[in-house]
Amino acid sequence: MPNENRISRRGLFMKLGILFNGLVATALAVPIVRFLLSSVTLGHAGAYLTWVPLGHVSEFPEGETRLATFRNPYVMPTDGQTVDTACWVRRIEGDQFQVFAVNCAHLGCPVRWFPQSGLFMCPCHGGAYYRDGSRASGPPERGLFEYSHKIENGLVAIQAGELPTPGPSAALTGKNPPCA
Amino acid sequence: MRIISQIGDWFDRRLQLAAPIREAAAHPVPRNTASWWYVFGSAALTVFLLQLVTGILLALIYVPSASEAWNSLQALNHDVTLGWFIRAMHGWGSNFMVALVLIHMVQVFLFGAYKFPRELTWIVGVVLLLMTLGMAFSGQVLRFDQDAYWGLGIGASIASRVPFAGPTIVKLMLGGPIIAGSTLSRFFALHVFVIPGMLIGFVCLHVLMVLKLGINEWPMPGRVVKRSSYLSEYHELTKKDGAPFVPYAIWKDLFFAAFVLLAVAGCALYFGPFGPTGRPDPTIIQTVPKPDYFFLWLYALLSLLPPSMETPALLIGPVVVIIGLLLLPFLSGEGEKSWRRRPIAVLTVLLIAITLGTFTHLAGFTPWSPHMNAWSGDPVPERVLHGATALQRQGALVFQAKQCRNCHSLGELGGQRGPALDSVAVRLTHDQLIRQVIQGGGNMPAYGKNLSPAETTALVAFLEILHPEGQATAHEAARDFVLRETGTRP
Repeated sequence: MPNENRISRRGLFMKLGILFNGLVATALAVPIVRFLLSSVTLGHAGAYLTWVPLGHVSEFPEGETRLATFRNPYVMPTDGQTVDTACWVRRIEGDQFQVFAVNCAHLGCPVRWFPQSGLFMCPCHGGAYYRDGSRASGPPERGLFEYSHKIENGLVAIQAGELPTPGPSAALTGKNPPCA
Repeated sequence: MRIISQIGDWFDRRLQLAAPIREAAAHPVPRNTASWWYVFGSAALTVFLLQLVTGILLALIYVPSASEAWNSLQALNHDVTLGWFIRAMHGWGSNFMVALVLIHMVQVFLFGAYKFPRELTWIVGVVLLLMTLGMAFSGQVLRFDQDAYWGLGIGASIASRVPFAGPTIVKLMLGGPIIAGSTLSRFFALHVFVIPGMLIGFVCLHVLMVLKLGINEWPMPGRVVKRSSYLSEYHELTKKDGAPFVPYAIWKDLFFAAFVLLAVAGCALYFGPFGPTGRPDPTIIQTVPKPDYFFLWLYALLSLLPPSMETPALLIGPVVVIIGLLLLPFLSGEGEKSWRRRPIAVLTVLLIAITLGTFTHLAGFTPWSPHMNAWSGDPVPERVLHGATALQRQGALVFQAKQCRNCHSLGELGGQRGPALDSVAVRLTHDQLIRQVIQGGGNMPAYGKNLSPAETTALVAFLEILHPEGQATAHEAARDFVLRETGTRP
């Protein structure tokens, strides 16, 4: 009679089989998880952000705010038109620029510029911003997202590549709005 | 006939399914559960099957690629024979499914069916509700148009507010740094493989538990659920006053299921498919994105919450609601089942229904959104300008040109973001009007930097004639007195 506490030969093999499967599953989990997280790891590696030219300085008249479009630097072959991005370029004077994302700082809807009243207005939940991007009214808790920009060889360039969202993002210098 | 029964026997000797199926069909249910109130669950299941069929049909044409999805939807609408009808059936089926699941849930809640021993059936039901909503949202994304594109932006903006993990969640959700091809592909995988697969599994579990535990008896006031005695009481009831589910109760399910399918087809025929709206081109910013019907209440809530409360409400609210729903059968697993003895339950349902209904109604005409074209499209009412001075007319021009009209209505035309100004002169004095225009406040931007002194003078002169006929304008009595005493008033 086998002792009840004694492990049988079959029982041992079954446990070894489970252990073997566990080891294989763990080994396979590594590439699976790395595949799933690739969009995050690429972002951490800084693969998304690049300087993108918007156009010659002379295309943006002083004292005005114009819509500019650019192609997102990180492109997949099936992206279609979704990589074409818009932004608002404000030329204050000379080489002084501000470049705003079109995405409302509330929930990302595209804001429109009204030069007559000097306001950006959002069609979704009614956020409004002044010409310098600071919050004017409505649900946004902060001003418009602003791209880092530079002027090189007469070209206005911005550091772009990521969708601006209200959470912290490396791409954009989130300025706190002044008191209204 | 003999051949058919012989073939049947051949299969059953191998499958051995006939006996359990016959047993499930004939299991006794309490007679009074053969009611029209008990048909919503099976109707939701019927629409789910319809969604499976129409979904597979759509997948024959649809291309889950950011560059081709919109074109393939156009082909379905216009080129493929009856493609528009299958799209419409799938779209309306989704609306019906969400509605039926919610109605089913309310019925189960009011009839106390979540109580012992059906706690797990309720919990699986909550999971099924969340998956149904997940299907509704991911389905809206697959209709890859402007609404889908900006709707994803809104989803990403909400997700980004999660402390610490926000940016990671956004990249996982979008499958990259922006809303693009990978985003659509992963929502396709969710909508077509992951969620439906889980739905099928959980639906089977849900139905299995209904069969094993028996359908909830019709609640009687005073018949209280006790863990110690319920099972034997229920068993007694089905024995004494029971009838086989087939055909005693099932005929109502069959009739209602057919009626619902007809209603879906009727809506599809009459109203046609949903969208797609404009191309998902992010450079087209002249768009007013709006969510599908079942998320309109959320759209309204996000406009009306105070800014400081929004992030906590968005991140904590759903967690609290879901945990509450999951804990419900444990918090009130015993006691009265009848809604006649559960006033708080009835009031809760009414409160939630009225709240969601009001928000949905508000989202229908979005009073919080500026009317982007009101300044150039809505005329100043003639009656206001009749007999106005040159300065006041100049003020009306400033009023229109500076887009005041986008947020303020006159004669019921214009935005509703700010108050209507038809009687503003009755509410605000001359000085208060100037202050409000220049400094803003109360959710109005300050216009000080965008108005010259001359424009401000004209604008305020115009605003001061905005009052109902025969009603005096607001005056500061003390100011009048001081000016009269000092003799500076003309």
